[in-house]
Amino acid sequence: MAVGRLGWFTSRTNLMVSANTELGYNSKIEGEAIVTRLDSAINWIRTNSMWPMPMGLACCAIELMATASARFDIARFGAEVMRFSPRQSDVMIVAGTVTYKMAAHLRRIYDQMAEPKWVIAMGACASTGGMYRSYAVLQGVDRIVPVDVYVSGCPPRPEALLDGLIKLQEKVKREPAFRTLHSA
Amino acid sequence: MAVAADLPAALKERFPAATARASSDHPAFNVPSAEALPVLKWLRDTQGYTYLTDVTAIDWSQDQSPRFTVVYHLLSPETHRYLRIAADCPNDAEPEIASATGLWPGANWHERETYDMFGIKFAGHPDLRRILMWDGYPYFPLRKEFPLAGIETALPDAEVAEETKTPVIAAPMMGGPFVATSGEMNLADAEPRAKDESWTERRPKPEQPAN
Repeated sequence: MAVGRLGWFTSRTNLMVSANTELGYNSKIEGEAIVTRLDSAINWIRTNSMWPMPMGLACCAIELMATASARFDIARFGAEVMRFSPRQSDVMIVAGTVTYKMAAHLRRIYDQMAEPKWVIAMGACASTGGMYRSYAVLQGVDRIVPVDVYVSGCPPRPEALLDGLIKLQEKVKREPAFRTLHSA
Repeated sequence: MAVAADLPAALKERFPAATARASSDHPAFNVPSAEALPVLKWLRDTQGYTYLTDVTAIDWSQDQSPRFTVVYHLLSPETHRYLRIAADCPNDAEPEIASATGLWPGANWHERETYDMFGIKFAGHPDLRRILMWDGYPYFPLRKEFPLAGIETALPDAEVAEETKTPVIAAPMMGGPFVATSGEMNLADAEPRAKDESWTERRPKPEQPAN
């Protein structure tokens, strides 16, 4: 399936004038085959189908919903499939204030997500505790889960979250995917 | 008994121990803690105050006695009037008062929250557990001796605490507290902002002058 979709992708790029340096391929010469690095193929698939685990805990969750709406359309980046099951999700978007009471549950949901998994800390509260300098609020979700991308704002606009997602995609594109898979 | 035209007088006649309480908005009364429930029941059944809007408490600080006051807010849906009833808890170390859940089932969560924040026990409550903080949290956060930043303790989940090596920490107060100074400025300018008047990590909390 992946090869078929890649073939479609490259034939389209042949029609359009496009600087696609990742997949140099001419179907007229080489037939229905494709040559690429396994890492870039795996990462290409991963980056374009990151299913979020929407950890909506406060007002940031409203902006997260707006990001999924037609106006901002997170589907353009392949992340529109909000999975409320950690088993089916790839990136946890921590959107909102994490209280200590919630922190343990958040960590357990993260533990239940299948590898590979990533975390976006959306907004001031998830990143640092935000304005909640208090006995009840976890001072940054990075105390309990490893965070890949921090998005600033209170709450961040949908564009900011999309920017965070794109940054995460760029980060994932650089991962040694095959080596990680092989050694796992 | 009909609804009294002069509620303070009727209340005093029925409950002589009740006294008027200073209030800038609604009528308010102090009652002894033992009489709190009878007063509430009387207000509910005869005076039309059928709706218990809130149960909360006041901590007057460690050196005051009585230290804790439980406050009930009632609403009469017929006359659209609010009423406040306050009852001092007799025991300062282990405050306790009778639960109003028998009169209003809605008092259940209000009293759980008051217990959670102040440690006031409500005798006769069917399920007096913490409601905001987690079970087993060792402190009562709205008591005066409890610092705003919190006190370091263990995470609620021992397994997660073991794995993440993260305790519940006292929140960094650098630049804080972040408060709106009501009354001092135009409301439009009264956004919560750093006052830097209180203690921080670098500067300990100054001793409060005795009033």
